[in-house]
Amino acid sequence: MKLKSLMLAACAATMTMGAAQAEGVKVGMITTLSGGGAGLGIDVRDGFMLAVKQSGRSDIEVVVEDDQQKPDVAVQLADRLVQSEKVDLLTGIIWSNLAMAVVPSVTAQGKFYISPNAGPSALAGKGCHPNYFNVAWQNDAFNEAAGAWASENGIEKVFLLAPNYPAGKDMIAGFKRFYKGEIADEVYTKLGQNDYAAEIAQIRSADADMLYYFLPGGMGISFMKQYAGSGADKPVMGPAFSFDQGILGAIGEAALGVKNTSHWSKDLDVPGNAEFVESFIEEFDRLPSLYAAQGFDTGLLLVSAMEKADISDADAFRTALEAADFQSVRGDFEFAPNHHPIHTIYMREVVKEGDVVTNKVIGVAAEDHTDSYGVDCKM
Amino acid sequence: MNLVLLIEQLLNGLQFGVMLFLMAAGLTLIFGVMGLINLAHGSLYMIGAFAAAAVASATGSFTLALMASLAAAALAGVIVEMVVIRRLYDRDHLDQVLATFALILIFSEGTRWVFGSFPIYLDVPAALSGGVNLPFGIRYPAYRLAIIGIGLVVAFGLFLLITRTRIGMRIRAGESDREMIGALGVNIAVLYTAIFALGAALAGFAGALVGAIQSVEVGMGEPVLILAFVTIVIGGIGSIRGAFVGALLVGLTDTMGRVLLPILFRAFMEPSAATAVGAALASMSIYILMAAILLFKPTGLYGSA
Repeated sequence: MKLKSLMLAACAATMTMGAAQAEGVKVGMITTLSGGGAGLGIDVRDGFMLAVKQSGRSDIEVVVEDDQQKPDVAVQLADRLVQSEKVDLLTGIIWSNLAMAVVPSVTAQGKFYISPNAGPSALAGKGCHPNYFNVAWQNDAFNEAAGAWASENGIEKVFLLAPNYPAGKDMIAGFKRFYKGEIADEVYTKLGQNDYAAEIAQIRSADADMLYYFLPGGMGISFMKQYAGSGADKPVMGPAFSFDQGILGAIGEAALGVKNTSHWSKDLDVPGNAEFVESFIEEFDRLPSLYAAQGFDTGLLLVSAMEKADISDADAFRTALEAADFQSVRGDFEFAPNHHPIHTIYMREVVKEGDVVTNKVIGVAAEDHTDSYGVDCKM
Repeated sequence: MNLVLLIEQLLNGLQFGVMLFLMAAGLTLIFGVMGLINLAHGSLYMIGAFAAAAVASATGSFTLALMASLAAAALAGVIVEMVVIRRLYDRDHLDQVLATFALILIFSEGTRWVFGSFPIYLDVPAALSGGVNLPFGIRYPAYRLAIIGIGLVVAFGLFLLITRTRIGMRIRAGESDREMIGALGVNIAVLYTAIFALGAALAGFAGALVGAIQSVEVGMGEPVLILAFVTIVIGGIGSIRGAFVGALLVGLTDTMGRVLLPILFRAFMEPSAATAVGAALASMSIYILMAAILLFKPTGLYGSA
């Protein structure tokens, strides 16, 4: 197990260094490592650990905990990490509802939080905080880009589908913000639902040019398999979460031709990306997903800030994080004033390369995209 | 909402109900005969799905995959019963819940260890991949229709097994008086293992059938387990007939609730609010159904007091 040896190495390194160098950073990572959403958390963790390992720094100690995708568990873990483990910085949360439960209390206690995935609108707007940074995206970002792309490409009527939770609503709201056409219908399903027969029948009978959906993890797999098997023929689009590498392997050819928006793709031609993909495959023996790329960027951001400032000087460290002085695997990367990324969103298409079903960039959906909640952020 | 769509949604409800029955039948048998609350039933469902996916990818045959799911889940059931469950019959329910919860964790992590954390691929067999044309211009996925057919056949088979065979007689006797059938010379240990294996095989079979149209992943059994418990509580714990009626009720209520409630609220609310309220209420519908039924029949529809 390469993963295990990597973790052991990281642990061993921190143990031996801990006593000698007190100036390092202790990171608490709360992420989903069991249950249906585990693939996402594991990718974030592996990407992050890879960046830490490649930095060669031995003064980063990482405590990894499994939130089981449950808000109450995440809150308990955060309390423990802050109070008894005395971590300096937290990261790792995948799900928006968990982020909403954990982030405000963590930042209020003066700790830094870097989000490698969840980007609920509340934390980008009124609820923004000087110690909260989001390396991934604001929830709406991919969807705003997709909405703009759909309008430009002559889609006149769309059917919208998402789970009934904060991220689901953000995503659909994001799509509608820049989409100029009509909406045939919008349906919200239970989070974790696995059977979509009822919704698919509605989609088939609806008068729409395209189906746009956000269903992360296992939900997206179930949906796409059932959709392809139902004989429905409306073209499908969505944010990358529904069509990422971990998901495509399980859907198979049923996903071919689906368009999705993402800030990253493994074939993106930017400095460092090919090296990242290669080293990730070498280390973990699988293709990296966008979650892995986000975890990797989170690690790079942390390392870049550590090189500029000491975390015990919170103001200097914050300025160092704001500078975002690292080469993101998605290309140009900057923080907007609300600590959310300004980056380009690409349109990808699901294709078959040899035997592997994967994504390929087909164009730019939104250049230097920034979220629309920043205006409400006062800090 | 036209009639064709309504009929299609009724079929969807029926298909969901039939699938739930496969899960609930084993659960209710095990509880009825042995008085055991088995939280690990969802894990057996998962084992069936993973076994089917592994065999399907190795051999390419869906029939073999289904057989593998039955065999793997039954085998897992036998092992679990002999190693762990057997020691729990005389304990109270809290001990059983604790031990079977531990089994969930062991099975989940064990599966993750063998297959990894990412969902794996299992697809509908090519012969059943398209849709079929039904009367009134309804086009329905062939695979879902097959699930309905298989489920009804299994339900009928179980009915025959319980009412017409010697082992069925013993199962019924075990339900009414455990000590007495032991005193009459029936080998209770073997009977219990057989029932547990039967329930496990049904759960594994359901997992394989559903795995072809859903995500085959670690933890896939737990959401279904909750629904299966709702089903057997509605139907009356221990009753196969109750499980069947309960499963169909839950399947239809859930499906129709998801479709009709948002439409209903749209009649007097603005669309986005109606969608939100409808969706929220739809996810509660089966629990409201359960509460309503328990209000009038505290032991469930076919439960004995």
